[in-house]
Amino acid sequence: MLGYAGRILHVDLTSGKIWNEPLKEELAKKYIGGIGLGMRLYLNYSKPGVDPFSPENPLIVATGPLSGSMVPTGGNGHAFVSKSPQSFGVGEAKAHGHWGTELKRAGYDAIIFYGKAEKPVYLWVDDDSVQLMDAKYLWGKSPQETEDAIKKELKDFYIRVASIGVAGEKLVRIACIINEKTRACGRTGLGAVMGSKNLKAIALRGSKDITVANKDRLLELVKTQHERMKGPATRKYRTLGTPENVLVLNALGAMPTNNFTSAVFHGADKISGEYLNERFVAKIIACSSCAMRCEHIAVVPEGPYKGTTTRIEYEPLWAMGPNCGVGNLDAILKGMDLSNYYGVDAISIGLIVSFAMDLYKNGLVNKETAGMDLNFGNHEAMLEMIKRVSTREDFGDVLAEGVKLAAEKIGRGADKYAVHIKGVEMTGYDIRGLKTAALGYAVSFRGADHNRHGAYGPDVAGKVNRFKAEKGRGKLVKETEDLYAIIDSIIVCKFSRGTYVKGYQDLVALYNAVTGIEMSPEELQKAGERINNLGRLINIREGLTRKDDTLPWKVMHVPIPDEGPSKGSFVSQEELDLLLDDYYEVRGWNKEGIPTIEKVKELGMEDLAYIVEDKLESRKMPTKMEE
Amino acid sequence: MAAVPKAEAAKWKLVSCDPEKCTGCAVCEYICSLEKENVFSAQKSRIRTMRLHPLINISIACRLCSPAPCVTACPRDALKQSEQTGVIMIDDEKCDGCSWCIEACDYGAITLHPEKKVVRICDTCEGDPECVKWCPEEALDFVTRDIMSQKARLAVSKKLFKEAMEAKGIQP
Repeated sequence: MLGYAGRILHVDLTSGKIWNEPLKEELAKKYIGGIGLGMRLYLNYSKPGVDPFSPENPLIVATGPLSGSMVPTGGNGHAFVSKSPQSFGVGEAKAHGHWGTELKRAGYDAIIFYGKAEKPVYLWVDDDSVQLMDAKYLWGKSPQETEDAIKKELKDFYIRVASIGVAGEKLVRIACIINEKTRACGRTGLGAVMGSKNLKAIALRGSKDITVANKDRLLELVKTQHERMKGPATRKYRTLGTPENVLVLNALGAMPTNNFTSAVFHGADKISGEYLNERFVAKIIACSSCAMRCEHIAVVPEGPYKGTTTRIEYEPLWAMGPNCGVGNLDAILKGMDLSNYYGVDAISIGLIVSFAMDLYKNGLVNKETAGMDLNFGNHEAMLEMIKRVSTREDFGDVLAEGVKLAAEKIGRGADKYAVHIKGVEMTGYDIRGLKTAALGYAVSFRGADHNRHGAYGPDVAGKVNRFKAEKGRGKLVKETEDLYAIIDSIIVCKFSRGTYVKGYQDLVALYNAVTGIEMSPEELQKAGERINNLGRLINIREGLTRKDDTLPWKVMHVPIPDEGPSKGSFVSQEELDLLLDDYYEVRGWNKEGIPTIEKVKELGMEDLAYIVEDKLESRKMPTKMEE
Repeated sequence: MAAVPKAEAAKWKLVSCDPEKCTGCAVCEYICSLEKENVFSAQKSRIRTMRLHPLINISIACRLCSPAPCVTACPRDALKQSEQTGVIMIDDEKCDGCSWCIEACDYGAITLHPEKKVVRICDTCEGDPECVKWCPEEALDFVTRDIMSQKARLAVSKKLFKEAMEAKGIQP
């Protein structure tokens, strides 16, 4: 079982006790690593119904089996898992960079944090020497300042740091965890879980060798991957980057604008990938082991935000741009920079600001409450609001709960403007006219997300009629979901997905060459299905049901108003039901979206059957309960 | 120490990195440690990457200085410079890991092997460096100093005459 470090680090923040446990081979093979292993460990070490901010809610970070190896994009990933303070179901988020490599080099597949430190601490992992360090002097610092300060304190430039900003400290529910200054485990609010534990940062130095099972075979595979990564499969990421989406989605009438009021943004030319690359992108850099490189570093050349230097991708660009009616790229880049500075999910923060702008426009919030003129398009207000939400200042304190909980507090129908799924804010696809994607978003176990399924693919490429909800979409979503679960568990980068031309066969070849395990492509695919079911099982354990597999109110009630191909499109309850029924059937789940005992057993998770047993019984399912 | 004849030194080739192209991916570190030590390990790589800032990335290996300060600094005569290739050859029997050479090197191109406690320096893979072959950005090159300056002249000329050439429709 090479590739794996074979060790899990346990850290009890309450008592300060630190110990190791071997990683069982069965666990590794079944759940691979990353989000799969992380979610399984979460289930094993947590109690149902725990509050996400309770010391009893464990926080887990896991690398993948390829981390530390030369597999392009595979060498560097890590994933955080816990109960999300937004969805109250499973929260998981992944990042790349160099941090995951270092954790593996230090000799760990995962770290599990329990309890809560009495005072702010950070964890210092120096190979086998692991200690909790005083972080009082870091409290209040940004992730970037924290990283610099820790490197200075420990006197080693190559130390890798993942940390939270002020938002995580203040339990802002969209807080993220940032490594190497610009890479974020962004979604589902896990930075706030880290903050609730008084854990400011995790600093790593690893010097252990990473040995692979079959060196020659691996080099052969890596060579092929390098070639593919220079080909058409990664063109988008290597050239304009994800901001290429701006003009593509806008032309389709699929770029949500003004908080999902419309789906076309007038002024897209000034925020497009083309415009960005021409005027702002100073360099494209890479994560450890990557042969494609995609990280577009933009620098604002002039004006009040001159010198702002930040990574930028489509999603945050959209969230703080068109979604807030903002067409000023200088301000969007400043917004991205502020999100990293405070440590908030740069997607969710845009949705929170646009939610507030929508309430303002519709008279649910006045200038006095908002503390500013919050019209769509006011980029100065947008930036000020990012700060107030991230620091829980004034009205920002209400909004820091995320759009769902903030809408509940505000009342008076504010929930209609809260664009989220399972409490997690939407991402930049107008799924009113992308109905395969709509299904993917509705069933995603971590809430609103394009990265759990990529189901916008067939819609945008025109492989299906994107305005139609029909049987067959369930299969499409299931297939990409299973693949994406493997991508996030073996941990390779989603941007590299097109280079695995033979799908699971290519992925399993890399896995086998590194680990020496002889897994078949079918077994890896099965693991993908298992991991998706595992996410579902956690959510079921935490009380989520079919009614949570739903879409934002606007998506289901407000047809796309813009002239153009998507005009009039929305997703009705009937359509959603049809899509869900189809998907549940393909998954082998019952009508309520609960995996059957047979399915749970088929996937080798007999020990988790208890989660579904009484729920299936009460529905009087025609399932054989006993063999 | 006998001085190296100048004519010989001009023929030496070293691994040089173009920071304009370097993305900080560390593929050079991965392949170097695999080639030399059969494992992936940054500490065991003879070339190291440095990201000072997202915009500033570079990989650094031995510069084949002449005379070589590391050779001069070694109190045990464990280091010798090849007249033919300029590569610093290490006598593992003599090296006791005292690290005077590491201090003497202005480029940080010498590392101490974490287990063997002897120093390691780029040996150019016998004149066919793996890191250059594997660099995905072609940021690394294996060149003489003469070619290095030629490359710089080419780059600066292209930059200077970019507009003029574009106006005339010339592809450089």
